[in-house]
Amino acid sequence: MIAPVANGVLATDAANRCAPGLPESFCHQHEVTGCVGGNGLFCFDWAADNFDRYVGPFFRHLEIVAISVVAGFAIALALAVLSHRHRALVPPVLGATGVLYTIPSVAFFFLLLPITGFGLATAVIPLSAYTLQIIYRNTLVGLANVPPDAKDAGLGMGMSENQLMWRVELPLAAPEVIAGLRIATVSTVAIATLAFLAGAGGLGQPLYEQLGFKTNIIIVGVLTIAMALFLDLIVVLAQRFITPWRRARPG
Amino acid sequence: MILLANVFDSFVGAFDFILHSREAVTGGAQVGGPAYIWPFARTQLEVSAVALGGALAVALPIGLVLGHLGKGEYFAVGFGNAGRAVPEIAVVFLFAALAGIGLVNVAIALGILGLPPILTNTFVAMRQVDRTAVDAAEGVGMRPWEVILRVELPLAAPTIMAGIRTAAINIFATATIASFVGLSTLGDLITGRNVYGDDGVVAGAIVIALLAAAIEVALAGVQWLVTPRGVKLQRATRSA
Amino acid sequence: MRGLRVRAAFMLLVAAVLAVTIAACGGGDDTTTDTSASGDTDTSDNLIASNSDNAKTTITVGSKNFTEEYILGEIYAQGLEAAGYKVDTKLNLGSETIAKKAIEDGQISGYPEYTSTALGSFFTVPADQIPANAEEAYSQAKSKLAGEGLVAYPPTPFADSNAVGTLTSTADELGLTDISDLEGQSEDLVLAGSPECRERIDCLVGLEKNYGLQFKKFTPVDIGLRYTVLDKGDADLSIVFTSDAQLANSDKYTILTDDKELIPSGNVIFIASKKVADEAGPDFGDTIEKVQGNLTLPVIQELNARVDIDKEKPADVAQQYLQESGYIK
Repeated sequence: MIAPVANGVLATDAANRCAPGLPESFCHQHEVTGCVGGNGLFCFDWAADNFDRYVGPFFRHLEIVAISVVAGFAIALALAVLSHRHRALVPPVLGATGVLYTIPSVAFFFLLLPITGFGLATAVIPLSAYTLQIIYRNTLVGLANVPPDAKDAGLGMGMSENQLMWRVELPLAAPEVIAGLRIATVSTVAIATLAFLAGAGGLGQPLYEQLGFKTNIIIVGVLTIAMALFLDLIVVLAQRFITPWRRARPG
Repeated sequence: MILLANVFDSFVGAFDFILHSREAVTGGAQVGGPAYIWPFARTQLEVSAVALGGALAVALPIGLVLGHLGKGEYFAVGFGNAGRAVPEIAVVFLFAALAGIGLVNVAIALGILGLPPILTNTFVAMRQVDRTAVDAAEGVGMRPWEVILRVELPLAAPTIMAGIRTAAINIFATATIASFVGLSTLGDLITGRNVYGDDGVVAGAIVIALLAAAIEVALAGVQWLVTPRGVKLQRATRSA
Repeated sequence: MRGLRVRAAFMLLVAAVLAVTIAACGGGDDTTTDTSASGDTDTSDNLIASNSDNAKTTITVGSKNFTEEYILGEIYAQGLEAAGYKVDTKLNLGSETIAKKAIEDGQISGYPEYTSTALGSFFTVPADQIPANAEEAYSQAKSKLAGEGLVAYPPTPFADSNAVGTLTSTADELGLTDISDLEGQSEDLVLAGSPECRERIDCLVGLEKNYGLQFKKFTPVDIGLRYTVLDKGDADLSIVFTSDAQLANSDKYTILTDDKELIPSGNVIFIASKKVADEAGPDFGDTIEKVQGNLTLPVIQELNARVDIDKEKPADVAQQYLQESGYIK
């Protein structure tokens, strides 16, 4: 007689039972009531044994974020420098970056699918586009806040417009620019968990492969947040390096 | 050139999917057309609205009170920053794994995503309210809740609305993947390439983008409406 | 400043936790299992011989995005590797249309597909016209695929199909043995399935049309949750697969018999680009047919169990299968 055990699981469920007709050599133990089989909140042993599953996706995720943020930063910075000089550019660029930001990432990936197919590009393009608005806006504000005295001093020293921009204005605008860069970086790390939908991999891939397994979800969540904090720290350190005369401002 | 033609084709096909009904790729069922697509869109809008409402109910009061008191800046601003780092689908899946699937659970998971922008923006907006207005109000004997509701809130409203807009778009965007956990949202179209074809997938993406834009515009309109006339004038007279 | 310090401290904590876990996992990669003394004779005969000629060919094996496909992909990939090929894997192709396109674009050499899916999705053969006989289905699929420059290898012993699954307790309570038994009761029952199930004739559409069933609600869920929804009571019925581990290992779940023979079952066939297959030489097809030889229904259910219940890695499980079958050392 089969004796039921806790929560309706039959005694034979917990013990080793293999499919009828399975050759003996193939029959393994399957613990349906253990932490892993029973989907406990966090299975430390499993996490330790299987941590290497996340290494590849982790670095892939990092790659996706790095490319997206660097590309977005370069484009947004260039646009902001241009717009600072030619104010007429501001409304259209703000509008365009705003529109890009409004398109939900999932939709954006699949809109690009016919054009760029499955892969890295389909993930990187939308992720870069998302960083544009915040970096562009922040850079504009930063440049606008540069004290006129500093510019006068530079001009007085005989600097050209370009030199003025790169040696005086941008460094002084650095805090705002970096603030925007930090927000963009952290957001990109989180959104990139969806990159697997575009076929680009990243931490979303192992998440999706076992999307009901709590331990898996928690590991991916922790790794993503850790990566975001780590990159944020790097950017903050970079700022202190670039602008040693300023103290790092809180978020 | 061929690439452009292919792309054009895909989008033409997608719009055809949105506008006209057609047979599923695997045969035997009719898919496509506005009547078919609307229920998916409606579910996504519904769960987003519920989630946003919940997030507002929780985050707005906290932000108002903390902002009025000037306390807890580290928490309020830090919460906003930390919230940006949280991967949305992990939250949705974790909730589903813990509490099961369905509208309420997904709405709660999505609502959590809406908390940071609303809380942070509300707090910051309240802190940025002109202190002279607050002093004047306290000077005429208004009680704290009156000050909050009748003086600070209207002045803080535009920035608060900006936070609500961010939250709304985030929630709506993430609601797409609710298809994995029991809700029939537009994500069904996007993940259903086998039955909807490439046309259906791109159609889903287009509809999501258009609805997100509509929400953004609508909430921007609300933001404009709640901006006190004085503040609008003030903004207009400042240089860009 | 304070924010920076707190942040840095947290980072160190996370780094410490990561370091400890990585250290803890050292030496844990034991992929061979302690099987009982194998009763299978002549396993040495089955060893795949490595042919150095094959080293010049790179094969990319793809698979769709669920457990059984991951395992199959790994089995073929590791088998081909043992035969001396250079092998890559791309085990994340979302659906058969993407997979087929990937072959045509040259991104993958081939992937495992089900005959029923190939006929139903690629060639829109209506579900009720897909042959129930495995060999017939295979030859139909093979000739149609050949018309597209794709080669299909002979089928696996096991067949897989959709099935209407439920908790055994529910089946007992409602007296359900066949799908037809749902008549008159289905209006009170919630059915869960993948989003695309809603529009498939071998799924919800067929249940509605061929069986005349109306359900209280259709809940779309990712297939990874097909048993969870039954466990949690979020659904009364769920679309499952006949080769699922959960059906073999316990009496907790039951599938209802498809008495009107609506749902076609499909054996797995490896589909590859003819060009790659020709370039790869005879060992390609021979290896493929060899490694799948032991994939009977109980065996694939066992392999599914190792991944779905024990959460082992598909690659490890594939390796175990190949070793336990004597195909590799």
